[in-house]
Parts: sequence; structure tokens; C-alpha cells
Amino acid sequence: MARTRDESSPLFAGNAAGTLRLIVYLALAMVLMVLDHRNGWLWRMRYAASAVVEPVYRLANLPSAGMRTLSVAFADRKLLTEQNQRLREDLLLANARLNRMAAVAEQNQHLKELLDTQRSLDLNVQLARVVGVDLGAWQQRLVLNLGARDGVKPGQPVIDAHGVMGQVVEVLPTTSVVMLVTDPAHAIPVVVERSGLRAVAFGARDGSGMVLPNIPLAADVRPGDKLLTSGLGGRFPPGFPVGKVLTVALGASGMFRTAQLQPAADLDRSEDVLLLHDQAEPAGPPAPAVPAGPPATLAPVPGAASGGAPAAAASTAGPRSASPRAAATPATPAAAGSTP
Amino acid sequence: MNRQRLSLWWFIGTLLAALLLMLVPLPAVLEPFKPYWPALVLLYWALESEDRVSLGLAFLLGLGADLFDGVLLGEQALRLTALVFIVLRFRSRLRFFPMWQQTLAVLALLLNDRLLLLVVRMLSGAAMPPASWWIAPFVGAALWPFLFLLLDDLRMRLRLQ
Repeated sequence: MARTRDESSPLFAGNAAGTLRLIVYLALAMVLMVLDHRNGWLWRMRYAASAVVEPVYRLANLPSAGMRTLSVAFADRKLLTEQNQRLREDLLLANARLNRMAAVAEQNQHLKELLDTQRSLDLNVQLARVVGVDLGAWQQRLVLNLGARDGVKPGQPVIDAHGVMGQVVEVLPTTSVVMLVTDPAHAIPVVVERSGLRAVAFGARDGSGMVLPNIPLAADVRPGDKLLTSGLGGRFPPGFPVGKVLTVALGASGMFRTAQLQPAADLDRSEDVLLLHDQAEPAGPPAPAVPAGPPATLAPVPGAASGGAPAAAASTAGPRSASPRAAATPATPAAAGSTP
Repeated sequence: MNRQRLSLWWFIGTLLAALLLMLVPLPAVLEPFKPYWPALVLLYWALESEDRVSLGLAFLLGLGADLFDGVLLGEQALRLTALVFIVLRFRSRLRFFPMWQQTLAVLALLLNDRLLLLVVRMLSGAAMPPASWWIAPFVGAALWPFLFLLLDDLRMRLRLQ
């Protein structure tokens, strides 16, 4: 197509106006970047634009969801049978273990009540699906299909069947973004299961796993050690597997040792994850006890004969209540939510 | 009149499709090979229909990509603006290159884009990326002739401007 050449398409020289506009746009972009880096505007804008952003995420999820469906549809019957068999065995094993643990858990609960500690072994969780969206290379992030409307809040721990995956960092109305434990900006307080040593595990700089950067030379950490969440810092509840020590080597400074960790959770392959609703209990003295006097259950209400103060609290707490109730009713064993 | 509107929609549609392609995840093994689709499609339109593509459009598309991507607001706006500026500057020459030279030019542009990205990420405190990070521009350049011919062919078939 022949075009008449004019000033707008010069063969060689660019005009000064174009350069000026370039400079203006580049400056604008840089200002935006600095402001966003400092204040995190992007997320507020994303929240405002969520009506557009979220359908696009769902749309981008379609290919991977389709692949999943196809792989199920065309899967070998034998493979499925095998998988079914394996899952059944796993379930049997887990159930047997649970039954054995139930007595111990009850005993533990009882002892803890005697000791007046507030930790409960119950899990209050919500099942979420991973939305297949690529948030850029280098990004150790996941998108989940639950958001503010489902009661998700920033800071909630996310786990899978094997261990801690990360925590919710941003919430849109119907989706939320999880920062994985392997993100360089993520840190999680851990304790070495074998020796009880406390440390903080960071995401590796190259995004390949996790590291314990500063282990004292005298500390007892060996390859193969398992790490659990320590519960310090109040964000992750204690006792969840975080990872395994792969190697321990002398750090660059020579004053500390550095351990490479392998995350316990299946970060690449998890499709269904669990959002924990029990935030860790706030540190400090226990909340005041139930006021003395005849308990409310003594009032002539039919059906409230089970006795004890917790009954009143338990009746108000639904299984999928949105708010972390740990702060509101710490002493009640009311968190009998959807235990997996 | 109707055809003009159709061609405008085609233009917008390809750009949006590029954004969507950017978000579609690949299997973890293929992840480093994913080309930067918005840049490729924008390049095509900058070469083929100059009066539609301007720095402002590149900036807006980049902002949109940033909004979806959620990394840093303004990062892709900066990259795409720089890319489109270079293309528009050398447009008359790039258009008359044979395909292999054009592909080399695209490779250079994409590598330049990665460099810009590297600078931005380094300034914002990220670590040095792995070596596989540099594969994507080569994949993008290798795809360029096919993308160019495909888009050109579709445009001819639909008789769009």
C-alpha cells in the first residue's frame, strides 16, 4: 500500500517532539513505579478494577482447567483405578491414624485445659482452588478462587496436605493472591523438630527453595532435619511442617552456617489448598474467664442441657464463620469447624 | 464505515488477546520459553499501521498489563513505550527489511526489553534471574515470522486495514 511520506514518517531522522513525548511517558512510568513501590497503589487499583481483572483471570484459567479436564477424560481406566486404590489405602491409613490419635487428642485437650493454655488441635479451614494464572516470571505467587466475599483476609496461612504453602497477601472480591514460602520477600518462624532450635526461614534469592541464613556455628542442624512452624510472631499457628534441611554449609561471612531447605508443601502441583481461619492466638495474658454465677445453660431452655459455658458460644459459631474467632472466644473449644 | 469499525475491533482484539496470552500459564518446564506476547503484537501493529500505534497507546497497554500482572505499576508501561518508540523511529527501514533481518531486529528489541526489565527489577531489589530467563526473547524472535505472516494473512483475508 503506497503511502505519501510526510513528516510523520521520516525515513531517517526522528523529530524532537517524539523524543519529548517519550521522555514524558518514561518519566510518568518511573513516577508510577516509585509511587507503587513505596505505597503499593497497584493493589488498590486492582481492587477497584476487579470487575475487569477477575473475569480475565478466570478466562486465562480456562486452558489449564481444560487441560485438567482433558487429562481426566482421556486418562487410562487402569490409571484411574490405580489412583483410586491408592487414595483408598491412604484414606484407610489416615483414618486408622486419626482414630488412634483421637484418644490422645482428647487427652491432650484435657491436659491443656488443666494447664489453662488456649491452643487447640482443631483446624478451622476453608478449601480453595488454585486459579491457573501466570503472574509473571520470578513471581512466587498463586491466585486462589476465594476472595473478600468468602471471608478471606490478608495474612491467612495457606497449607496443603504436606505443609505450609504461604500466606494470603492481597484480596480481591472473589480471588486472592498467595505469597509462597519460597518468595524472597517471605519469612516464616520455624523450629527444628529434632533439636528445638528456633530460626527464621526465608525464601531463597534465586527462587529455588528456602534458606536458613544465619545458623550459629554451634547450633545443631543437620541435613534431613524437619522444620515446623514455631508459632512465634503470631501469623502461622505452631506445628505445621515447613520443610526439610537439604544441605548445611558455611555462609559467605564464615561466622554463620546457611542451610538450604526443601519446602514440605507441593508448591508446583497443588490444585486444592486449605486456607486456615485460626489465626494464631495473640500473645499476652489469657482473656478474663467467664463471669462467676450460674451459667446461662441453667436457664430453662429446652435442648441446652449439655451444660457448661461453651455451649452458648458454640451455638453461635458456624462451621465456616469468616472471622478468626481466636481473639473473640479464646478459651472455648468452639473451633470445631470443618476438620479435614 | 462498518469495515473500519471492524478493523478497529480486530486491532483491539489482538491486543487484548496478547494480554490474555501473557496470563495463560504454561507447564513449569515450558515457563522460561514463554514469549512476551504484548510486545510482539504491538510490534506488528507498529510496523503495519503506524497511525494507530502511538506512545500513548503503548503506555496504556503497558498499564493494563501491569494491572493484570500485579508486579509493579508502570513497569511494562515503561518497557512497551520504549519498545514502540524505537520501532516507530526505525519503522520505515524495518518494514523493508527481508524477513530474516526483521527477525534479527525483533530479537534485538526483545533483548533490549529484557535489559530494561532487568534494570527495573534490580532497582526494586530483586535478585539476578537464572540464565534460562534469557531464553524468552529468542523464542519470541523465532516466533516472529510466523506471527507476522499469520496476522498479515488474517488481515488480508478479512480485508481489514
